[in-house]
Amino acid sequence: MNAPAFAPLHTDRFVEVDQLRRRIDAFHAAYCDALDNGRLTEWPSYFTEDTFYRVIARENRDLGLPVGLVYCEGQAMLRDRAFALCNTAMYAPRYLRHFVSNIRIDAVEEGGALVRARSNYLLFQVLVDRPNATLHQMGEYHDVFRMDQDGGMLIASRDCIYDNALIDNALVYPV
Amino acid sequence: MNAPERLPVEQGPGLEARHAWPRQGLCAIPDWVYTSEEVYAREVERIFHGRTWNYVGLEAELPKPGTYKRSNVGPTPVVVTRAEDGSIHVVENRCAHRAAEFCRSHRGEARDFVCPYHQWNYDLKGNLIGVPFRRGVDKKGGMPADFKPAEHGLRKLKVATRRGVIFASYAEDMESVEDYLGAEILKDFDAAFDGRKLTILGYYRNTLPGNWKLYHENLKDPYHATLLHTFLVSFGLLVAGNKSAMICDPSGRHGTMASAKSDASKVDDARKKEMRAYKEGMVLEDPRMMDFVEEFDSPWSVTMQTIWPNLIVQREMNTLGTRQIVPNGPNEFTMVWTMFGYEGDSQEMTRHRMRQGNLMGPSGFLGLEDNEAIKFVQDGMLRGRPGLHLVVLDPAIAAGTSDTLISEAAIRAMYQHWRGVMGL
Repeated sequence: MNAPAFAPLHTDRFVEVDQLRRRIDAFHAAYCDALDNGRLTEWPSYFTEDTFYRVIARENRDLGLPVGLVYCEGQAMLRDRAFALCNTAMYAPRYLRHFVSNIRIDAVEEGGALVRARSNYLLFQVLVDRPNATLHQMGEYHDVFRMDQDGGMLIASRDCIYDNALIDNALVYPV
Repeated sequence: MNAPERLPVEQGPGLEARHAWPRQGLCAIPDWVYTSEEVYAREVERIFHGRTWNYVGLEAELPKPGTYKRSNVGPTPVVVTRAEDGSIHVVENRCAHRAAEFCRSHRGEARDFVCPYHQWNYDLKGNLIGVPFRRGVDKKGGMPADFKPAEHGLRKLKVATRRGVIFASYAEDMESVEDYLGAEILKDFDAAFDGRKLTILGYYRNTLPGNWKLYHENLKDPYHATLLHTFLVSFGLLVAGNKSAMICDPSGRHGTMASAKSDASKVDDARKKEMRAYKEGMVLEDPRMMDFVEEFDSPWSVTMQTIWPNLIVQREMNTLGTRQIVPNGPNEFTMVWTMFGYEGDSQEMTRHRMRQGNLMGPSGFLGLEDNEAIKFVQDGMLRGRPGLHLVVLDPAIAAGTSDTLISEAAIRAMYQHWRGVMGL
């Protein structure tokens, strides 16, 4: 007989996983707060120095193809992108708002120092001269978090895998 | 007269009279070129469905017999297939029975196509090979006795390939792709498609709320490069003194915008002053993105080719791709980017192409700016008073190839061709 698709964890284990999920949830909230409120220069500080960050179409991911809309190896590339968006890039003013949910912890490795998790995200966009918000991306974060002993954590690797078939003109800010 | 058009899609009589070109000639482009539904309908008929070779994909996307991909010729959905004998075919994605767009996956493998509505069955070359209940049931119903399946296949287009690039045409008697491109364009085309086998690295897909021709014009407008794309200028990566060229084919429809990487420190101060964004000494924290690995038989490190009517070939140093324009009416198009490398690329080379890919695409440092600028142009026409676009730069060249980047001669060349084909 197959194992049930969803098995509730033993109480002790549940508390442990629930605490981890809350830590990740708080991290997502802080990360999105920085992006949604335009603190772009803060964005790279959520990542490790040798991080990997990519925004990739589900189409590419499913085909095993590497191309990303954004493809950053290391925090320095994130800082270059944040600098360019703040200082050189030309684009119409806009607001974005992230909603992150359904956090799933897939693996805890290295004695708890490394956590693999997935979360769903919705990214809405408002252009200041258009009346309504549009759903700019719908997707899934595939994250590897580096957990500090003092309670802090950083993204060691993040793939933002978007389901949308088409990007509406441009994806300006990070996901 | 330049009133904005809100007319039915059908090209009514008197289209020419409603769209008289301004007396300034090619130096002035009226808004209706970009916004009129009936002008767009004529473009589909005379350009995309006319005497043109339309890009539909890369042979590397059809690696073996039985593979297929969805594509478009102008707005029209097609399927590109590789048949059992290895030959490539392009057929309309429209069942000959009730018009259903039968192929729904971006790509896949099939022995034949079955329309899901009534299970009409086509081989990979588009021939009708099966009609259920053709003879009816119990001698009742069914197709007429004189129904000939050979006359009811999918609409087949002419196909040509060049160095792994697949083109299709509705015209029965097209010249070769080589003659269509012409020697000047073919030279830089062949530098990107240099005989090495292509490997597909992935796709971007975006809509762009602008007329499809604005994308061609943006890449026939070298004037904008150092002015809009301040990222390149800020970091001294592109300056107005770079060795460069804006090349047109004799017909004016195709173009190559080319430049060679050069040392920013050698540019004189007067030029730097014109480019407001130039800042001495500003550097990327991770400059690997802008490395150029020499791999092409070409004097140019960057070529952007506009192949009429629906293909852009991007060779931006080591980040390579095709961009396919799929128009969705006069005011919007879809762009399909297919990024590629070459068989034999090391893992590091592939990663280098990915890192450099941050320049292009709908999130690219340059790509997002182009998309935004084109949207601003369409907004200006749709929301502002109707008027004319001014394309007078470089008056010494009426239309065609120019040796200065501060020129709009290539845009004028495109409209010389367009007006001839459109009869406007």
